[in-house]
Amino acid sequence: MPAVTETRETVEKLAKSSYEWGFETDIEMDIAPKGLNEETVRLISARKEEPEWMLEWRLKAFRMWLEMKEPEWAKVSHPPIDYQDAHYFAQPKKKPGPKSLDEVDPELLKTYAKLGIPLHEQALLAGVEGADEQKRMPVAVDAVFDSVSVATTFRKTLEEAGVIFCPISEAIREHSDLVKQYLGSVVPAGDNFFAALNSAVFTDGSFVYVPKGVRCPMELSTYFRINARNTGQFERTLIIVEERASVSYLEGCTAPQRDENQLHAAVVELIAMDDASIKYSTVQNWYPGDDEGRGGIYNFVTKRGACRGARSKISWTQVETGSSITWKYPSCVLAGEGSVGEFYSVAVTNNHQQADTGTKMIHLAPNTRSTIIAKTISAGKSDSTYRGLVRMQPKARNARNFTQCDSLLIGDQCGAHTVPYIESRNMTARIEHEATTSKISEDQLFYCRSRGLSEEDAVGLIVNGFCREVLKELPMEFAVEAQKLLQISLEGSVG
Amino acid sequence: MSDFLKIQGLEARIDADGTPKEILKGIDLEIPKGEIHAIMGPNGSGKSTLSYVLSGREDYEVTGGSATFKGEDLLALEPEERAALGMFLAFQSPVELPGVNNANFLRTAVNAVRRARGEDELDAVAFLKAVRAETKRLSMSDEMLKRAVNVGFSGGEKKRNEVLQMRLLQPSFAILDETDSGLDIDALRIVADGVNSLRGPDFSALVITHHQRLLDYIVPDRVHVMAKGKIIYSGGPEVAKTLEKQGYTQFLEAAA
Ligand SMILES: Nc1ncnc2c1ncn2[C@@H]1O[C@H](COP(=O)(O)OP(=O)(O)OP(=O)(O)O)[C@@H](O)[C@H]1O
Ligand SMILES: [Mg+2]
Repeated sequence: MPAVTETRETVEKLAKSSYEWGFETDIEMDIAPKGLNEETVRLISARKEEPEWMLEWRLKAFRMWLEMKEPEWAKVSHPPIDYQDAHYFAQPKKKPGPKSLDEVDPELLKTYAKLGIPLHEQALLAGVEGADEQKRMPVAVDAVFDSVSVATTFRKTLEEAGVIFCPISEAIREHSDLVKQYLGSVVPAGDNFFAALNSAVFTDGSFVYVPKGVRCPMELSTYFRINARNTGQFERTLIIVEERASVSYLEGCTAPQRDENQLHAAVVELIAMDDASIKYSTVQNWYPGDDEGRGGIYNFVTKRGACRGARSKISWTQVETGSSITWKYPSCVLAGEGSVGEFYSVAVTNNHQQADTGTKMIHLAPNTRSTIIAKTISAGKSDSTYRGLVRMQPKARNARNFTQCDSLLIGDQCGAHTVPYIESRNMTARIEHEATTSKISEDQLFYCRSRGLSEEDAVGLIVNGFCREVLKELPMEFAVEAQKLLQISLEGSVG
Repeated sequence: MSDFLKIQGLEARIDADGTPKEILKGIDLEIPKGEIHAIMGPNGSGKSTLSYVLSGREDYEVTGGSATFKGEDLLALEPEERAALGMFLAFQSPVELPGVNNANFLRTAVNAVRRARGEDELDAVAFLKAVRAETKRLSMSDEMLKRAVNVGFSGGEKKRNEVLQMRLLQPSFAILDETDSGLDIDALRIVADGVNSLRGPDFSALVITHHQRLLDYIVPDRVHVMAKGKIIYSGGPEVAKTLEKQGYTQFLEAAA
């Protein structure tokens, strides 16, 4: 409840400091020369001490990428990206690997402190709505600092449970068979332009493996930060959950302020076997650019989950407030009989931000079910598009989809578009679609203000109410931050 | 003598699809500290408009006159500053806030006002205690606290929720705009008790109503009759009884 109060303070601070999280950390960096060619790919693979098959995999992806074109259909526009004008590898200068947090570069820890880790404590202190209803779990933080994971905590507890949670580069070396079996099995290297690029040059990311029957004993959380000037960020995440196992994974990011646009092209692959469940939550706060849209992050992400097993479940929850351009469609391929896909999303755009997001639910098997709840909030001169595909394949007997898209407009210079694509090749499948567009009314604002709330607080409260169905899906560690981000990102959008 | 609430020659208009419409045409009204006044008047005479203008709604343009509250120029303050100063409006039509949890809303409001008044904020436990005591007094179920603000509330439940907010925000001056309409007999008593129990030297109110019945429960110090944007008559509680029997005609004719 007091998140709003807290938010107000945050907003006040922000009003002064502009983008509070736009700081740079001064750490010695090991940077590859600018440019992208086969040599770059070989260099990355060598630095990562990868097995030969991995190098071959990358090179194949790179050759595919050379043949591909950037997608043009998304409703976003940006100056052409010069892929040769970026560094593809940057990592803090190697000291012997840290064994505990004590050994981690203090500069880095300061950075994390500024980012407010650990968040779950904040959530409890702030008494987030629903905080007491949710089971409290410790959070394991695998902090991705630029392209290299430097600190992993709680590893022992996870090991005891048989859960593998490590940087993907480590998994490539140490769990080679698993990686080889599953990498690219959900998002093939040639899937799309950005996925191919990622496959060729990804430098880090997380790997999770939960064995049969294991409920992961803690929320897994990764904090991404882009911190080196001109370094494209190519994260690769692979999560495999075996039969009757489950995991909840949290991803969050903030990025420092800078004046060149930065490319972020991540790939996330999720695999759920029989009766397995994966909950993947994102609070995304890349630097959105200044009021004019200069300097923000370009976020082109491919996220896809495969419900391979019967009755398996994959749930995506995301709160997107950042980036100058977002292009992102977390999807579910429902291949297991009776499997379930969910997508809960809040996308906020302000100033000159552009977002083209949505989801794809591909129903392959009988009795599969999917739910899509997408909330879009547009303010300033921003433009937001929800693009959703629901496809019912011939074998998807009695499959069900429910889609609800709600747009909230703040001011009259912004735009919101809803583009549903529905393809049904099965007579017994049922698809429901609901869409609404609304504005924050003067009545609502005045009602709140007459009760003593400032205009900013009132907007925050109303917006958080609008997003409630999605926010309640977030693990509580993220609920506080999400509520804050919503308000911060709409700062100055009224009055 | 009274410098509590003083309204002089207040004029206000609204932009009705491009053409300005004069609604308040010179309101003079004084409410001393500790007194409860009632306003009665025909539909459309400007009662709600007056309550909106006093609480700072922006779509009304004040074109003349003045209003001071506790010595401050009321009309220069933002709505939330007026709330902090002790002003409260129970809306004739309470507004729905979809998805906004009622308890969360109440606590946010209470703490915003407390902060502005230089008081300590209530933590979750203290707040819950305070709110439980009030819901009990108003015979409201705790379930109302878990629902979204006013969404799907019955007419009577909305009005009770307004009174709940009033009691939690501890105003020194409350405007109740037809808080009695839509209430059943029992609810009317409960709501009247909710107001009466605040009565004292530090609480004043302006009660807008169409029904003399409410004024049997909340006995006003003064009754004002409003018509066509003006106060046309002021008197004691007996005015309400006269109105109930005879209607507005004689007041309107006397004023003409
Ligand atoms: N936004 C608006 N646009 C146009 N006219 C308005 C607007 N708001 C108020 N009015 C008009 O101003 C006049 C006064 O309205 P107001 O709501 O203040 O009356 P009231 O005395 O409260 O009536 P009631 O007893 O029915 O509640 C009415 O004629 C109303 O139609
Ligand atoms: Mg009225």
